[in-house]
Amino acid sequence: MTSISPAIRSGRGGGDRAGTRPAGPSPRWRSRLNPSHWTAAAFAAPLVIYLLLFYAYPLWRNIDLSIHDYTVRAFVQGDAEFVGLQNYLEVVRSSTFPTALRNTALFTFGSIAVQFTLGLALAVFFRANFRLSALLRALFLVPWLLPLIVSASTWAWMLNSDNGIVNAILAAFGLHPVNWLTSPGMSLLSVTVANIWLGIPFNLVILYSGLQNIPDELYEAAALDGASAWRRFWSITMPLLRPVSAITLLLGLIYTLKVVDVIWVMTTGGPGDTSTTLAIWSYREAFGTGQPDFSPAAAVGSLLIIIALVFGFLHLQLQRRQEAS
Amino acid sequence: MQHHKRRTRAYVSTAALAAISMAVLGACSGGESSGDGSAASGTYTWWDPYPQHDASSDWEGRVQACGEEAGVTIERTAYDTTALTNQALLAAQEGAAPDVILIDNPAVSTLAETGMLTTVDEFGLDTSAIDENLLAAGVVDGEAYGIPIGANTLSLYYNAEVLDDAGVDPASVTDWDSLTAALEQVTEADHKGITFAAIGTEEGTFQFLPWFWGAGADLTDLSSPEAVAALELWKGWLDDGYAPNSVINNSQNTTWEEFLTGDFGFAENGTWQVNSAAEADFETGIIQLPARDGGVAPAPTGGEFIVAPVQSDTSRYDVTRQIVECMTTPEGFVETANTFAYYIPPTAEGQEQLLEENPDLEPWVEAVRSAKGRTSDGLGTDYPLISEALWTAVQNALSGVSSPQDALETAQADAEAATS
Repeated sequence: MTSISPAIRSGRGGGDRAGTRPAGPSPRWRSRLNPSHWTAAAFAAPLVIYLLLFYAYPLWRNIDLSIHDYTVRAFVQGDAEFVGLQNYLEVVRSSTFPTALRNTALFTFGSIAVQFTLGLALAVFFRANFRLSALLRALFLVPWLLPLIVSASTWAWMLNSDNGIVNAILAAFGLHPVNWLTSPGMSLLSVTVANIWLGIPFNLVILYSGLQNIPDELYEAAALDGASAWRRFWSITMPLLRPVSAITLLLGLIYTLKVVDVIWVMTTGGPGDTSTTLAIWSYREAFGTGQPDFSPAAAVGSLLIIIALVFGFLHLQLQRRQEAS
Repeated sequence: MQHHKRRTRAYVSTAALAAISMAVLGACSGGESSGDGSAASGTYTWWDPYPQHDASSDWEGRVQACGEEAGVTIERTAYDTTALTNQALLAAQEGAAPDVILIDNPAVSTLAETGMLTTVDEFGLDTSAIDENLLAAGVVDGEAYGIPIGANTLSLYYNAEVLDDAGVDPASVTDWDSLTAALEQVTEADHKGITFAAIGTEEGTFQFLPWFWGAGADLTDLSSPEAVAALELWKGWLDDGYAPNSVINNSQNTTWEEFLTGDFGFAENGTWQVNSAAEADFETGIIQLPARDGGVAPAPTGGEFIVAPVQSDTSRYDVTRQIVECMTTPEGFVETANTFAYYIPPTAEGQEQLLEENPDLEPWVEAVRSAKGRTSDGLGTDYPLISEALWTAVQNALSGVSSPQDALETAQADAEAATS
């Protein structure tokens, strides 16, 4: 409340001053307070306050949690001991860390590689406007529209070892049922498949809109020169789509790194740690057990932020080099 | 000029609108945080983990009646069980804890540890009538921090039709061997054996404990031969096809849904399914969970404690005590039991009254009497850490990541590292 009131004051102040301004702008007023500056500040203020409240504060709080030893008692009493990087060291040395890191890498890169490939294939497919293509394209958006809890539960039911439809189909063809969610070898693959299905619409939409910006003349000219469809794809579509592809991959990466809900609903990161990613690990430490352990959870969260940042800078670097060339 | 003026006015009104909305937002959030804790209002706040009971429910009526008796209105807010612990911690951190919380019993010691709860002695409440095994979950360092408003626990439900068909007499199931033999018979008769929940959460540990304790194992030593025997029992059932593989991911609700399909001979589940079992399409019954070599295995106690968080304004305690007392008289216990249909009163007197009204609950009263608190034996806040290690071991063994022996040895090492 106290942190909001300056905004109200400055916002309202800007409004009042500008509002009571006489019809002819007096030079004295203008020299001291340029009304357009006040209006600009008033417009910026909500955003700045929003950013401070919802970005800067949580980020600072996350770091604060991760460098103190917050037991539940310390959390309530507010007297957590400063431990520096102790929590980070413990996280990195934990036996869960290598598993979680490996799972995160497999889950993230597996997801975005397939999502991107299928999304691009579908986008190219829908570029040729045929009858019902708009309707079909809209249908492909369904995974995006469903609440995650619904789609994740549906996947969990479909992949159920005993009553799932996938195993029923396998049985109909005389194949052995597979313990999709409950065997250590399959659980990560199963949640990755579900996540791919969820991510295709996002890739489809962004890449499709990117394709709209490629002029048709290029394709026509290439067709006249006798370039095959394959050649046109690799020599026109791919190079011209590169900026859009890069941002799609980057956003996909950041989304996928922090996926918790799909995995949590389907396997809770199990069996054992076999489908535990860094994000799941962080969530489990903080909220998954009877005893909230905020400090290590925040440390894992910080590691995730750093990973995402590294890839963000990588993207900026690539973009800069591309613009320079 | 005219044009310019109109544009300025548009800016100004937009800015004013933005300012007003900020002010409204600010007012809203301010109102919420200052809503609790003013003594003069005559409104007392109450949190419980029963979101399924809305404002028009019998439960809400019961809560309000206790408020009226004490001459105040109760403002009740319901959270999901796990969310409630987090909300309570956050509220305590902000100094805005509610007057009364009903909280799941393993969480009592966690909250007590933070110093946010008053002790029962401070309130001058009498707990001598409460069954000791039930009160134990709320005791930390010899001080009770809450009173159970009722208790529930686990038993073994059976499908009488399936057992008839397989020629199994439920009374013959008295120890692990006879149970496994019964499961074999049921499976041979083309039914499914047993379903339970081995999910990687507290529920998984809750369901495993009767077997763990029934073997004679102790939570301070997860890798004892007794513990391994209990995990091997479950693992054996999965390997032999007596229990479905999906138990690894199943919650207690899911396993109950499976049991209700009518295919299963047995299901390990709790007091809260009594009504649902009575309404099932087939005849059901319950037997006590058997210990390894016969007798009743101690099942973990479930159920909520009523606790009173510390308030800066101690003059509120007087009314709070009246509210707590209203919930914990013998009549109060029975009324709560009837409102919920699945709570067994935690006092002998309350249990007798309940049985007079509802003799069918006899096996459940017996189960609750032999049940054991998860945080008792002085485990307190170590329990959640041990429990996490234990359910991870169960998951690892059942899914085949490692053998029961190895899984439990890892669990013991993890638990020791976490609690030291």
